[in-house]
Amino acid sequence: MVIDSQKMQSLAAATAREDIAGRSLWADARRRFLRNKAALFGLLLLVFVVFFALFGNSLARWSNDEIDFAVMGQAAELGGPSLETGHYFGTDDLGRDLFARTVQGTQISLAVGIIGSAIAVVVGTLWGATAGYFGGRIDNLMMRTVDILLAIPYMFVLILLLVMYGRSITMLFAGVGLISWLEMSRIVRGQTLSLKNRDYIEAARAIGVPARTIIRRHILPNLIGVVTVFATLLVPNMILTESFISFLGLGVQEPMTSLGALISEGSGTIAYGTLWQLAFPLLFFVTTLFGFFFVGDGLRDALDPKDR
Amino acid sequence: MTRPLLEARDVRVSFEIRHPSDLPWTPPALLHAVNGISFRLERGQTLGIVGESGCGKSTLARALIRMLPATGSVIWEDGTDLFTLSPRQMLRYRAEMQVIFQDPLASLDPRMTVGEIIAEPLRTHRPRMGATERREKVRAVMERVGLLPNQINRYPHEFSGGQCQRIGIARALVVEPKLLICDEPVSALDVSIQAQVIGLLEELRRDLGLTILFIAHDLSVVKHLSDEVMVLYLGRMMEKAPSSALFSDPRHPYTQALLSAVPIPDPQIERTKRVIALDGELPSPMHPPSGCVFRTRCPRATGLCASPPPEECTSDARHHTLCHFPGPAAELIG
Ligand SMILES: Nc1ncnc2c1ncn2[C@@H]1O[C@H](COP(=O)(O)OP(=O)(O)OP(=O)(O)O)[C@@H](O)[C@H]1O
Ligand SMILES: [Mg+2]
Repeated sequence: MVIDSQKMQSLAAATAREDIAGRSLWADARRRFLRNKAALFGLLLLVFVVFFALFGNSLARWSNDEIDFAVMGQAAELGGPSLETGHYFGTDDLGRDLFARTVQGTQISLAVGIIGSAIAVVVGTLWGATAGYFGGRIDNLMMRTVDILLAIPYMFVLILLLVMYGRSITMLFAGVGLISWLEMSRIVRGQTLSLKNRDYIEAARAIGVPARTIIRRHILPNLIGVVTVFATLLVPNMILTESFISFLGLGVQEPMTSLGALISEGSGTIAYGTLWQLAFPLLFFVTTLFGFFFVGDGLRDALDPKDR
Repeated sequence: MTRPLLEARDVRVSFEIRHPSDLPWTPPALLHAVNGISFRLERGQTLGIVGESGCGKSTLARALIRMLPATGSVIWEDGTDLFTLSPRQMLRYRAEMQVIFQDPLASLDPRMTVGEIIAEPLRTHRPRMGATERREKVRAVMERVGLLPNQINRYPHEFSGGQCQRIGIARALVVEPKLLICDEPVSALDVSIQAQVIGLLEELRRDLGLTILFIAHDLSVVKHLSDEVMVLYLGRMMEKAPSSALFSDPRHPYTQALLSAVPIPDPQIERTKRVIALDGELPSPMHPPSGCVFRTRCPRATGLCASPPPEECTSDARHHTLCHFPGPAAELIG
């Protein structure tokens, strides 16, 4: 077959004019994520939970601290889930609407998880990337600090803090944020160490790019994968931590509540036949955790460099 | 007499090797990866550096551009000793010397587009240049190295090895350096692509008047490109000569062994020539032999070789051989 060279050249010239859009690694990862059924299901669960937390209140007929005197004290008989009374999820034995309280508890639990995770992302990433990139003495100093902080039984400290300074939501956020970044900084440091020896970092150094710019331009973007996955999996861990503290009765203060506090209450009253007090908060708790774990797993598969 | 573009004098690099079982106060063992290398690189000239894997070629290159602590001196053409400069002062010279790496894909950041990769030296060394001008320059240099400028928004993983190496070359050339250090730029490529990339480098050298330090572990690769060739073994120079002299009249037994392993396109010669097999293993660079480091594998070695070899120099002082018994290859090939 003879290829018409004239035509080929004009074709080449024509294709040369328009800039071709590249297919970035992110685009690849997104495609892989969207093909992952479990991850999409997890995402769906999360979207549902987030919508519930954000807009659930507009569906509620009662507010979370209002007491329905009609059912007060007779929760087991009159406080069951019902559309007529407006208590979709029933009430607790004080006659407070469980739907509104679950909405509010979900808000708090999500906030604790996301804020704890966000602190971990910012502090842990910067800390770990700096230690890993500079290495040597700086690395030693920074990572030994992390080791020491990790060696402290944080739950004990957190409980002490809550007991000493009173139970407040700021205290809870501060406590959760204080510990969440430690593990993250270790993971980021390890990843930075391996990135540091890549040829393209060496190329940037040879060009004369300053260290701070190398971290910002080359190290951090290549860390995003690991950090995203770890942060997503950290959210449910933070929620669990908060629930545990609430379960001990040291979490947020009434009338505010969290899923952990509601579950604790529900499990305490289950003997009186108010199953809904445990079931609904538990349902949202489990849904949230599953959602985050599925999405985190999906992200890990999608961003896994082995597939490239 | 004008100065050479770059003159290296007695460059040495040693690494501290610590055993995991060592106690903290045990002095670390020293690995002399580069041991007293000197050379002059005239403007527009190409120096080929050849040696087996692990002989310190990359280490030498990294020392020259101050990526590793080294001793000795490297004099730039303006008389500055690069080894005495602070990192800040060194920055100006980094724009003058650019590096091309062995693994084309690995030396490009996977998260950046080709345009961003090639623009990085400009952003570093010409911070005041506007974004449009920078993009124009990137397109121009892409065209120059044989890439379609419309590929500017693509990512490295969308290119073949040869194209990636062209991206690497474009990145090196965009700041118009005087010196190009090529660290085995074609070792990772297919043979047919190798020829294309070397052809491109030759063309660029001619058109841009580049000075090139060309590293390879294979003599056949440097043959066409180099004006002068230096052969390294265990971090030391064995022989250095103008390319034609080294290929026609190698005087060091190590060079002769390397040459005998190079395939010759002429089937007549190829059939009759004898490959000089080196016996023995490459000695550990931690414990190099005393005297001449090559003596454990040298067919000519005698007891004399345990003392440091003298330097043989031809009358025009351009062919240097570090050997007790330098001589033509004829007696070996027979
Ligand atoms: N950072 C380092 N720490 C310790 N030893 C090193 C380091 N870098 C290189 N070496 C050692 O120095 C010697 C020379 O290595 P170098 O990478 O310069 O070899 P090379 O000639 O470039 O080999 P190749 O052809 O495989 O690229 C080797 O023995 C190597 O093990
Ligand atoms: Mg090398």
